[in-house]
Amino acid sequence: MEKNHLIKLTYRDRAIIRIGYLLLAAFVISIIVPVLYIIVASFIDPVTLQNKGVTFDFDKWTLTAYERVLSNKAIWTGFGNAILYSVVYTALSVFITLLVAFPMSRPDFKGRKFFNILFVITMFFGGGLIPTYLLVSNLGMVNTIWAVVLPGAFSVWNMIIARTYYKGVPKELQEAAFVDGASEVTYFFKVLMPVCAPLIMVLSLWQFVGMWNSYFDAMIYLNDSAKQPLQLVLRSILIQNQPESGMISDMQSTAARAQLAELLKYATIIVSSFPLLVMYPFFQKYFNKGILIGSIKG
Amino acid sequence: MKSKTMLYVRDHWQLYVVFLLPALALTIIFRYIPMGGILIAFQDYNPIRGLLGSRWVGLKHFARFLSSPDFLSYLSNTLKLSVYGLLWGFPVPIILALLLNRVQSPSIKRNVQLVLYLPNFISVIVVCGIVRILLSVTGPVNNFFGTQINFMAAPEAFRSIYIASGIWQGAGWASIMYTAALANVNQETREAAILDGANILQEIRVVEWPAIKDIALIQFILQAGNIMSIGFEKAYALQTDLNLPSAEIIATYVYKKGLLDGDYSFSTAVGLFNTVVNVIMLLIVNKTISKLNDEQGL
Repeated sequence: MEKNHLIKLTYRDRAIIRIGYLLLAAFVISIIVPVLYIIVASFIDPVTLQNKGVTFDFDKWTLTAYERVLSNKAIWTGFGNAILYSVVYTALSVFITLLVAFPMSRPDFKGRKFFNILFVITMFFGGGLIPTYLLVSNLGMVNTIWAVVLPGAFSVWNMIIARTYYKGVPKELQEAAFVDGASEVTYFFKVLMPVCAPLIMVLSLWQFVGMWNSYFDAMIYLNDSAKQPLQLVLRSILIQNQPESGMISDMQSTAARAQLAELLKYATIIVSSFPLLVMYPFFQKYFNKGILIGSIKG
Repeated sequence: MKSKTMLYVRDHWQLYVVFLLPALALTIIFRYIPMGGILIAFQDYNPIRGLLGSRWVGLKHFARFLSSPDFLSYLSNTLKLSVYGLLWGFPVPIILALLLNRVQSPSIKRNVQLVLYLPNFISVIVVCGIVRILLSVTGPVNNFFGTQINFMAAPEAFRSIYIASGIWQGAGWASIMYTAALANVNQETREAAILDGANILQEIRVVEWPAIKDIALIQFILQAGNIMSIGFEKAYALQTDLNLPSAEIIATYVYKKGLLDGDYSFSTAVGLFNTVVNVIMLLIVNKTISKLNDEQGL
């Protein structure tokens, strides 16, 4: 059929398809080129980079930016904090969401409509920044991990997705478990969870990446620099142009410091993005599955 | 009736205590209590005196915001950024998915997908850092064109930078759900369409579009309904002192007024205004779409 189809294409159709492929190629190139540029530029000697830009004269290549970035304590502290916050947040958030989606998926659950409205309202209406900030600070959570991890731990959207997923699990499993005298808790952990691995995987991935990449909550709640996650460290280097002082202080002139600070940005981008970008292809097989889960209307 | 409910709760107490409670507690504490905190928008709130001891001032802060010359500017910045962002950004994932669907070779398709999804795993801060590097006065874009334009200082460039980098980062990832839906297109309809001599655009209309229509509508409603809740993190990371005339949006203004200047009541009032406009937008959009779409809203 495909073959026949191709033969029958008119001149105009073929032109449209070619233009389409060109557009797709252009989009792909627009992603690859900046990324490659940053990678290449991160190896180039700071003076050369400023004066001539990227060069493939390998005598001008250097690892100095990486040495400085990797020997900087703030980056490592940032990594450590980001891992801690993201892991705790993901575990907590996914667990709570999976739990609450169970009663919310059951037609017999008394109060389901009421709780549903209670939850869904919060998707569209909230107290806003200051009332939330005042609450968190009144609870004494400022400068603790809990300020970053707890307020956003329950996601109504993810609950809707989990609930929809549970509804696709055969009813017979539940009936059989209850006939055997299993409690709700036993059924949930022993029967339901084992068939929900793709759901758990996808929710975890979303929550982890979301927390890893965010900075707002950390910026407003964590003043102590020892507690700041990676994105805040990156923010001072990349956005505020304030590299950690130890990174450039040995340079004599202001100009040299500025050139080095610029180069450090490239290496910082690579070092900080490396872990997720390397891990991501391994998760790719879950994406399509996950999005199918996510696109079902709750 | 009442005793029936009581019996149900007694027999299924685990559903309430184990499954529902954690999410319910988080919702009440971190979502509903701050809604009560909105009251400070009607006070001259003083943190030492607290909510009960502060002076009530009615709509003073709303009047101050609505009558200030900045009001229209921040409101229009917010609206323009999200409306243009929606108009430019919304079709791109659909087009990408349609194009990807036409790629015959599985290995090319997989590699293209790998590249398209990649920017989603780069953090907002790093994307903004890359944007700043590429567009700096001495950066590669200016080098390439032999110009010396300071893009990050130009208010008229801010929206284009914001929207284009948003598409760069998110369009590929957003296309996944359309790609997943396109896997289920009706092949018989396609064959029938081709036999009827449909050209490629007609074919897309009768074969591909029905498969993705529902998802596109839901996405549109969600995005259009969130028109006022445009992200803080990215706008803030792309702001410079000089591009503020178009880069200051309500979310960043709320943060600066509230947490940097300590004007809690005023900031809460501005935030509340924003939320209310957002809810009204959501209701209008949902109503309109459901009218257009045979009474099927969200």
